[in-house]
Amino acid sequence: MKKELKFKVNGQPYDIFVKPKTLLSEVLRNDLGLTGTKRGCNSSSCGACTVMLNGMSVKSCSVLALQANGAEVVTVEGLAKGNKLSLLQRAFLDHGSYQCGFCTPGMLMSSTALLTENPKPNKEEIKEGIDGNICRCTGYNSIIRAITAVVKGEYKEAK
Amino acid sequence: MIKDFEHFAPKTLKEALALLDKYQDDCKVICGGQSLLVLMRQGLVAPPYMVDIKGIAELSYIKDEKDGLKIGATTTHRAIEKSAIIKKKYPVLAKMETRLASIQTRNWGTIGGNVCHGDPAGDPMPVFIALNATLTMTGSKGKRSMPAEDFSLDYFETALGPGELLTEIALPVVPANTGTAYYKFNVIESDLATVSVAATVTLGTGDSCQDIRIALGASAPTPIRPKKAEAILKGKKITDALLAQAGEAAAAEADPISDIYASEEYRRELIKVLVPRLTKEAMANAKSK
Repeated sequence: MKKELKFKVNGQPYDIFVKPKTLLSEVLRNDLGLTGTKRGCNSSSCGACTVMLNGMSVKSCSVLALQANGAEVVTVEGLAKGNKLSLLQRAFLDHGSYQCGFCTPGMLMSSTALLTENPKPNKEEIKEGIDGNICRCTGYNSIIRAITAVVKGEYKEAK
Repeated sequence: MIKDFEHFAPKTLKEALALLDKYQDDCKVICGGQSLLVLMRQGLVAPPYMVDIKGIAELSYIKDEKDGLKIGATTTHRAIEKSAIIKKKYPVLAKMETRLASIQTRNWGTIGGNVCHGDPAGDPMPVFIALNATLTMTGSKGKRSMPAEDFSLDYFETALGPGELLTEIALPVVPANTGTAYYKFNVIESDLATVSVAATVTLGTGDSCQDIRIALGASAPTPIRPKKAEAILKGKKITDALLAQAGEAAAAEADPISDIYASEEYRRELIKVLVPRLTKEAMANAKSK
């Protein structure tokens, strides 16, 4: 039997009905069409499905969608304001932090969560911040460089 | 594929217990689901009813009381890791959390869920056993408590009865001249333990070992206390020779498995090395207070 799920995703309210076994990643991708959130290992290991749930990073493949009832979810689609990319998104572009790009949404969500919690992390803390995300192209250094550039204030909000 | 189930999301402990009484063995409790959903996806667990206690706010707390620290079962790992009072009074617990899975998992996963999952390779249990924690279970007929070391019965099996929820983990006040240390050995930083060891040492006069509690993770079907190893050290002045003897004893008391991560022999070797090392670290922590 389907149950009601009322929540906000990227600021927009949704009121839908889902089977209780549905995972948050499945609702985002299949019901809402927000395919930026990737399904990688589907077992909580790779971090490609990372989204923010009430301001905290979580692996959406390992959260029941119904547990997001009443919550605010932010996905990678919610980082840009209109055409204006977030500072981290711009830094990722400039530093070539994408190779195949599959881990990027998760990396962006984890690093966004990190900087929300700790705006001035050191290199060790940056590494810890993306510890739950795997990049199988092994492009970690460029990702760390991009986050470091934002931490150092090399990116400003566009006016 | 996860099988269909009916989902209940009680908001209070009382509502949750009523559901457990009603559905008994047909229902499974889910909290953060960080371990359980993995098993459900593999089809290893397929309950027709799920009682989702993630939303029970009254069970999410960290309270510093006269007789020790009380942690509610639905408290997240991340809340424990970040807690100023835990960092100050039980630093070993906060430090253990920093290497438990990933930030995302710690943000949603709960301490009670981890303990009730009953995985002998889980991180918190050896630390709780070393800290002499007490677990409280609540059913509709009342509460009961037991030492953490008695809670696990077998692989993924605990002392929880049908109709019972783990509600609180209580840590006693740390005695004077006492230190605890924990370490998990694994190849990938945030993985489960290949072997983990926790030790608490209380130093007596002349730095003798007045009291000791050792707990081993991923070393037997449940977390265990190698009591022969403890007996070798208790009441003695600790020497390297005595520690080596205790390491050998602990390795013999353990009952580890061979799997893709390590052979049984390798796990025993790890125990032999880690028991002396962690005992020393616990002694150093006891002295530095």
